[in-house]
Amino acid sequence: MRLVVVLAVLMGVSGIPDVTISPPTASADTSAHPNSIPETADESEQIKARTEEGAEEDVMATGELNPNHYPARRAAQVVQHYLNTRYGSPFRLIGVQTVHSGNAEDVADSGRKYQLELSVNDITNTTQTCSAELFFPKGKGQQPPEVKALCEELVKIDIKAQEEALYQKYKTNQTLMSAQYLPDSHGHIEPDMKPFWHLGILASSFIMLNESTENTLYNVAQVANITQLTTEEDHLEFDCHTLLHEMVSQEIIHWKMLFTWSPAEGVKVVQMKRLPHRHEREKSPKTN
Amino acid sequence: MQHVQDFPAACSFIPMCDISLSICLQVDFWLDPVSTELPVDIRVPRFSLIPVKEHLTFHNIPFTVMIENVQELLDKEKAEMEANQMKERSTRSLNFGAYHDLNTIYSWMDTLVADYPNLITKQHIGVSYENRPMYVLKFSTGGYNRPAIWVDTGIHAREWVTQATGVWTANKIATDYGTDASLTSLLNTMDLYMLIVANPDGYVFSHTNDRMWRKTRSVNPGYACRGVDPNRNWDAGFGGPGASSYPCSDSYHGPSANSEIEVKNVVNLIQSHGNFKAFISVHSYSQLLMYPYGYVCSSANHQAELHSVGTAAAQKLTSLYGTAYQVGSICNIIYQASGGSIDWSYNSGIKYSFAFELRDTGRYGFILPADQIIPTASETWLALKHIMEYVRDHPY
Repeated sequence: MRLVVVLAVLMGVSGIPDVTISPPTASADTSAHPNSIPETADESEQIKARTEEGAEEDVMATGELNPNHYPARRAAQVVQHYLNTRYGSPFRLIGVQTVHSGNAEDVADSGRKYQLELSVNDITNTTQTCSAELFFPKGKGQQPPEVKALCEELVKIDIKAQEEALYQKYKTNQTLMSAQYLPDSHGHIEPDMKPFWHLGILASSFIMLNESTENTLYNVAQVANITQLTTEEDHLEFDCHTLLHEMVSQEIIHWKMLFTWSPAEGVKVVQMKRLPHRHEREKSPKTN
Repeated sequence: MQHVQDFPAACSFIPMCDISLSICLQVDFWLDPVSTELPVDIRVPRFSLIPVKEHLTFHNIPFTVMIENVQELLDKEKAEMEANQMKERSTRSLNFGAYHDLNTIYSWMDTLVADYPNLITKQHIGVSYENRPMYVLKFSTGGYNRPAIWVDTGIHAREWVTQATGVWTANKIATDYGTDASLTSLLNTMDLYMLIVANPDGYVFSHTNDRMWRKTRSVNPGYACRGVDPNRNWDAGFGGPGASSYPCSDSYHGPSANSEIEVKNVVNLIQSHGNFKAFISVHSYSQLLMYPYGYVCSSANHQAELHSVGTAAAQKLTSLYGTAYQVGSICNIIYQASGGSIDWSYNSGIKYSFAFELRDTGRYGFILPADQIIPTASETWLALKHIMEYVRDHPY
């Protein structure tokens, strides 16, 4: 009852523009990495510039970590994304509250391992303490981190009724829902749209988890669009466009996702695709 | 009942307390007749004045005129109310719990200055890339070139809670001067400079085109992308790690230090003034209170003192609503970042250099709900005040 041990191994290449990525699987198949070729010279420049910046941060903190400094906090954020992919709900988003302690070490030449003690809370303000272990692999291309987390009791509390109600309402509705800009520019969001904002964040958590490294810190800046699609299956299906904010580069990164949700299955991301950077979208008319 | 249009002569025989009198002479009872012991107040229209007075005199009913001319009084009251409303529409009526566009903020600044002419002046410190004026509010009670404190908000366009906090704070200072002993003593010896919209072009763009815009709007020759990150453009480790050399990047440092006119305008002011003792730059989001350095991870000379002041300030902030802040150097707390403003100010000799990252920690991020503006500004004020008081009490 108290301890929940979870092991998650996530595969798949991510962070490369305009590549459609198949959903993470439970198997340890590392060979299915589509190659990516930057479409324009500008993009390769951008990737190069980012790599140069990344290289500067190679000398990372090792040993006991200061829980208030960024290495521990970035790792904690990764745990947050992981927990949301596993335990999040339209009625429950998990967030890091406090990092208590942390430790980092190099693992031969394969990557870096972190251990963290942290507290998380959710929108109902219940606090849980967790222990987590993360592994950031080194090497060519970007591989997602591996996360293990042990929390007090991250079971779904009391939201089953709300989830069922949401599911039924939108399973049987006459018109498919669609919403833009959640929240709006002024931070406002209609109460009955909140679950969809949260769904957008949950789906994005798979991406943010996949994309995370020791040199990133992701949050969802805004759900630009979430549109319900018809489906005969026992879940709701959505097309979603979200804006992610990456703190270290300060970039806003656009992603499009196809995902499903049901109270029984939770969120499953079927397809995800990174959209071109704003300037790349601005540029296209000029080339006509 | 018939409404009598023709006047007094036809009604002169009607007894005083007859209700038909009020209809006839249109006398309005303000204090109704209750008994013969108690007075009666009436309002008498001009055309009935003579017959009413004659009637009262004839019947030996003593009376005094309380108000000679009610209409005059009403007119005066209306004018006063209108004037108050006009004033209300100015400083006080600005909804501090909402986000406002540049024009609204600029208009409001004028009304603030008009309301507090002995405390606040508006200084034009230059223009933006797109030729918009940049204004600083100077809070001063006199003296010449007094030691000064600098606060800027809105250097990054999308961080809307910061410009809103700047507005609230300017108003707070204006209204509290004279009643808050500490603030009053501070302003009696020091000046305060506030740049509320440090990046006007970016701010406008974040309203009209792209809510997530961060940078300035300068043109980058050869690139479709515009803008430079104004907080990578200062002359402190310029071009070093934590800033991008790619113009399309949101952390692009620009072609050279101070290439951005918005930055240059501030540098010019600070340098020509020569007597700034504190430099505070306000950003969002992450809930952090930081001090130099960002461009290197080694400790600043005054690290211990800055950490101590920062910690105490953050505790004051937290005391209001429990909002938790982390305190530390930029490089340790958030990331290594070169060309930042407080690194420049610190290296210029302004010892008390701090950077805030306001609410929240990522749930809403840049799009913080408007109903959190005032709580954010209120808690931040406690920290700002603490720093300013410390600066006042530790002259150097």
